[in-house]
Amino acid sequence: MTPRSTGTGLICAVLIFALGYPLISDTDPMAQSLLKALQPPSQDALLGFDHLGRSMAARLAAALRLSLGIAFVTLITTALIGVVLGAIASWRGGWLDRGLVLLADSVVALPALLIVLMAGLILPNQPLAFWAGLSATLWVEMFRLTRATIRAHIAAPAVQAAKLLGFGPFYIFRTHLWPELAPILRGTFALTFATVVMGIAALGFVSVGVRAPTPELGMMMVELLPYWREAPWALLQPVAATLVTLLALTLIAGDTRT
Amino acid sequence: MAKALIPALGWRLAQAGMVAILVGILSFLMMSTLPGDMIYRIAGARFGYDNVTAENAEIIRAQLGDPSSITAFASWITGLFRGDLGVSLVTGEAISAEIAHQFGATAQLAAVAIALSILIGPPLGLWAGLNPGSLLDRTVVTLAAVFKSIPQFLLGLVLIVVVAIGMGLLPAAGHGEVRHMVLPGVTLALGLSASTTRITREAVVQARGSEWWRFARWKGLSDRQVMLRHGLRHVSVPLLTLIAAQFVALMEGIVVVETIFGWPGIGHALVHAVFHRDVPMVQGTALVMGLSFVLVNALADIAARILDPREVAR
Repeated sequence: MTPRSTGTGLICAVLIFALGYPLISDTDPMAQSLLKALQPPSQDALLGFDHLGRSMAARLAAALRLSLGIAFVTLITTALIGVVLGAIASWRGGWLDRGLVLLADSVVALPALLIVLMAGLILPNQPLAFWAGLSATLWVEMFRLTRATIRAHIAAPAVQAAKLLGFGPFYIFRTHLWPELAPILRGTFALTFATVVMGIAALGFVSVGVRAPTPELGMMMVELLPYWREAPWALLQPVAATLVTLLALTLIAGDTRT
Repeated sequence: MAKALIPALGWRLAQAGMVAILVGILSFLMMSTLPGDMIYRIAGARFGYDNVTAENAEIIRAQLGDPSSITAFASWITGLFRGDLGVSLVTGEAISAEIAHQFGATAQLAAVAIALSILIGPPLGLWAGLNPGSLLDRTVVTLAAVFKSIPQFLLGLVLIVVVAIGMGLLPAAGHGEVRHMVLPGVTLALGLSASTTRITREAVVQARGSEWWRFARWKGLSDRQVMLRHGLRHVSVPLLTLIAAQFVALMEGIVVVETIFGWPGIGHALVHAVFHRDVPMVQGTALVMGLSFVLVNALADIAARILDPREVAR
């Protein structure tokens, strides 16, 4: 089994759990029942209950849906912005190119988490802030790769011939440039996805992310940390879910960056 | 050499200007979402919070105009040139003084993290690169991949649970003594050294396959001599660039790690400022982080030119 197919398998398993759980059970991830507090996994509840007697399975599935959902939307946004701006910069060149590169270089100087924190103060709700903040920083990587790849191929005989034959930029991009670009971007897609999942969890962990009681991986870890002696299995669940997701994405990304 | 350096430094200067503008725009958006009239807040800062009256507010309104306009932005930018970052909404102290105070603690932690990562990463990378394909090489490469995908907050959590609480060897939080620095320093350093190990290994493997290495061997130097006389300089250039570029990841890590370990630095201050909606403080910390990244990279540019004086085609 190659690392990539292992990664794909793992991420599929995570997705099936996150998306499939609401289909087989309608447990409310926020419903509390203190009688069940810290009840260990049993036949009825395979993952047990947290310190407030909320179903761990339901919370974990909801948290994963939240993280993966934001990551997915962010990925599409950053890919769109990055590829479009990268294509324009390399196609037009000149001042526009220099301006965009300067913008990208300056955005890189600001830590992504910082931008997310600032977006959190501007926008009314946290998922929206994650999307906006992470999109505003993570497009740079796609932009740089797109710009570098297209610049290298724009002088190729096939592209020059297509230009001379009068084909428009969209046609040339689709038939000549995109096939070169797509395999290079694939690894970055996976890493961008991983960065989003990691960022959401990190901010949840330092309590400036999603607000309680919304289930979120990082916040679940902080909530369960005080009970690590009584219920290590509970603390391990969000940790394992995060690690498996990140590991899967790293495996899918492979060594494309070196 | 100096000729090639000037455009590079000019670019860094433009980058610094752009960072300030971006932070300014973001802070401006943050200001506009804060509840309450900005004029009254400025009146509070100027006259003291007990003396905020409608008359005082009107005096300021007459002086400044409507602050939620482009003039407020311009006055922030001009204040920047005088080193004036404004006043914290929570403590009422000058932002520049607060940040200068916290920056010391952060610089301490960052220095420890970078020093540790340089002690761990490059030697491992050299070792692995000199024995490519060996068991050691594969172990190092795998470990680097694993540590790169573990988030820093998780690493911190594991270290706290295992080393601080489980074994009771080191304190989980605190500041001032060397033992307080170990856990946050190691948490940051492990993530950073994963990348430096990787880059060093690739650079060594590449160097050993190059013509100049073969030539140096042919003229009679031993492998060890080639490494010491030519190889190290060759490897140090990409390594230096990477360490400077890692600075932003370090800042990001610092925000998280300082909060977890209760380290009284700039990242800790930032998270608290966000919590209390202290916009000028968020703005100040963001600016300091962004500009120090630009400064570190400008220094790395200069150092790279000194290490490799050949004209670099950009």
